Amino acid sequence: MGTLVEEIFSRKAGRPVQAGEILLLDVDYIMSHDNTTPLAIKAFREIGKPIHDKNRIVLHLDHAYPAPNVLAAENHKKIIEFVGEQGLPHFFRQGVCHQVMIEEGFITPGAVVIGADSHSNTYGAMGAFGAGLGSTEIAVAWVTGKCWFKVPETIRVELTGEAQHGVYAKDVMIYIAGKLGMDGGTYRSVEFGGEYIRNLPMNERIVFPNMSTEIGAKCGLIEADEVTIQYLETQTPAQGPFEAFGPVNPRYERVVEIDVSQIAPQVACHPDVDNVKPLEEVKGLEVNEVYIGTCTNARYEDLEIVANMLKGKQVNPLTRVIVTPASQRIYKKAMQNGLIDILLDAGCTVTGTGCGACIGRHGGILAAGERALTTMNRNFIGRMGSPLAEIYLASPATAAATALTGRITDPREYL
Amino acid sequence: MSKAWTFGENLNTDEIIPGRFNITIDPLELAKNVFCEIKPEYAKNVQPGDIIIGGQNFGCGSSREHAPIAIKGSKAKCVIAPSFARIFFRNAINIGLPILECPEAAADITEGDDVDVNLSTGEIFNRTNGHQYQARPLPDFVLKIAEAGGIVNFLKEHDIEELMMNAEG
Ligand code: SF4
Repeated sequence: MGTLVEEIFSRKAGRPVQAGEILLLDVDYIMSHDNTTPLAIKAFREIGKPIHDKNRIVLHLDHAYPAPNVLAAENHKKIIEFVGEQGLPHFFRQGVCHQVMIEEGFITPGAVVIGADSHSNTYGAMGAFGAGLGSTEIAVAWVTGKCWFKVPETIRVELTGEAQHGVYAKDVMIYIAGKLGMDGGTYRSVEFGGEYIRNLPMNERIVFPNMSTEIGAKCGLIEADEVTIQYLETQTPAQGPFEAFGPVNPRYERVVEIDVSQIAPQVACHPDVDNVKPLEEVKGLEVNEVYIGTCTNARYEDLEIVANMLKGKQVNPLTRVIVTPASQRIYKKAMQNGLIDILLDAGCTVTGTGCGACIGRHGGILAAGERALTTMNRNFIGRMGSPLAEIYLASPATAAATALTGRITDPREYL
Repeated sequence: MSKAWTFGENLNTDEIIPGRFNITIDPLELAKNVFCEIKPEYAKNVQPGDIIIGGQNFGCGSSREHAPIAIKGSKAKCVIAPSFARIFFRNAINIGLPILECPEAAADITEGDDVDVNLSTGEIFNRTNGHQYQARPLPDFVLKIAEAGGIVNFLKEHDIEELMMNAEG
């Protein structure tokens, strides 16, 4: 009974729980990556106890991989030695952690998954609880298999209507970020639902919980339905049976209703994710780099939109256009279906998979005074390199249109 | 006597301990500079067992554990506020700093009041004006973590089963 987060926690706890309660729960998987694992290893050594269940630990090298500098290399070395020493079975170096977690079937409806990464909220797209925590707590979960949670209150975002041509989940989510603000979801579970969400495929749904982090949410959730189950059965190695479930007689702290049909393409402008404007208002602004990547928008379908728009054309010669597929599976499929050829022929640089330029370590760093338009989820000052660079966030379609002209461009002109 | 020290709304982690002091995680070292920019007299005069009274969204900002560690290092007994920022809330519990949500107490207590707090029942008594407030009691396992001096220490001294038993509260 209750909101989606109350439902998930009640199932896990084996009794009905309500917002405000503090629980100690079994976690299904504990995720960490090359940025956060070294500190967790340190805390683990300090605790001095054995790992509770190796099978529940999932480690990734993605944030700065392959290593762009000595510090990153040392982190990788430390993690690889730890994986060997402990005999950990789930170790990946093939794409952005959150995408890999979903693709490899670790995230199933009702699962409770914690990650040492703020975008662990992404798992909510599968009707699972996902939240980001610090490295110390990851180490605690390694040795106990458990984590404590305060059951959050829920804000329901009810999305109705059908999106206009050229408007994607990213535009809708950017619009929501602008409306709720950067602290609009603080400490809350933000539940995305309504007919618009029900009709969306998995790849588009993921954008909402992923960016719930940007509005301060503890978790962002979408109920598990036939779309979720079909995705799990056909696209992942996860073992069923899977159960579809949603909120039951929920009591929401607040319900925000949005008619999606009223939304035009949106851009989150420098320097805050809630500095949101309709694309119309920033159209024509010159950009030096277009970056298509990250756990938000570098899935196969995103690359397909971009390739369809760039096919047979050339990107602006003065604009760097960089594409970083979110995972190896996506990369391979894009290669097999000719998307990579199209992107390369159009003048894009296609990099290996991972977080790439998203955290300004490598693969597309910005210089002072430059401006980028990207498919990322956040535009903090300095996120992609120089603190004097500007980052604008938009959909893959807007990114592709902008790549062609070197100026922020309405994708509907090219679709 | 437990003296109350009051702070405003949306106090961020940099106001608790400026980033330049975060080169150490030694609680006593951090405590020397806790609140140094907004209330420099605190670090000099705080006595063990004193109480911090915060405003809404106490501890917002970065996810650093240094902020609660600095407060704990100053030997304050607990923080009482109407609400805490999410990551501060978690970090405080994990490093063993008791925190109580109580809007009534936070609004009514003024700096220098003599305040008595029972962490396990959540009862807060203001000896200066005679007012009593009730916060939600801290769950058993949170008290255990606080007693052990943080979750890492707790796990060193206790076995996992004990942590699970304590979770029933
Ligand atoms: S792609 Fe960017 S936002 Fe996503 S996990 Fe990597 S660094 Fe974080």
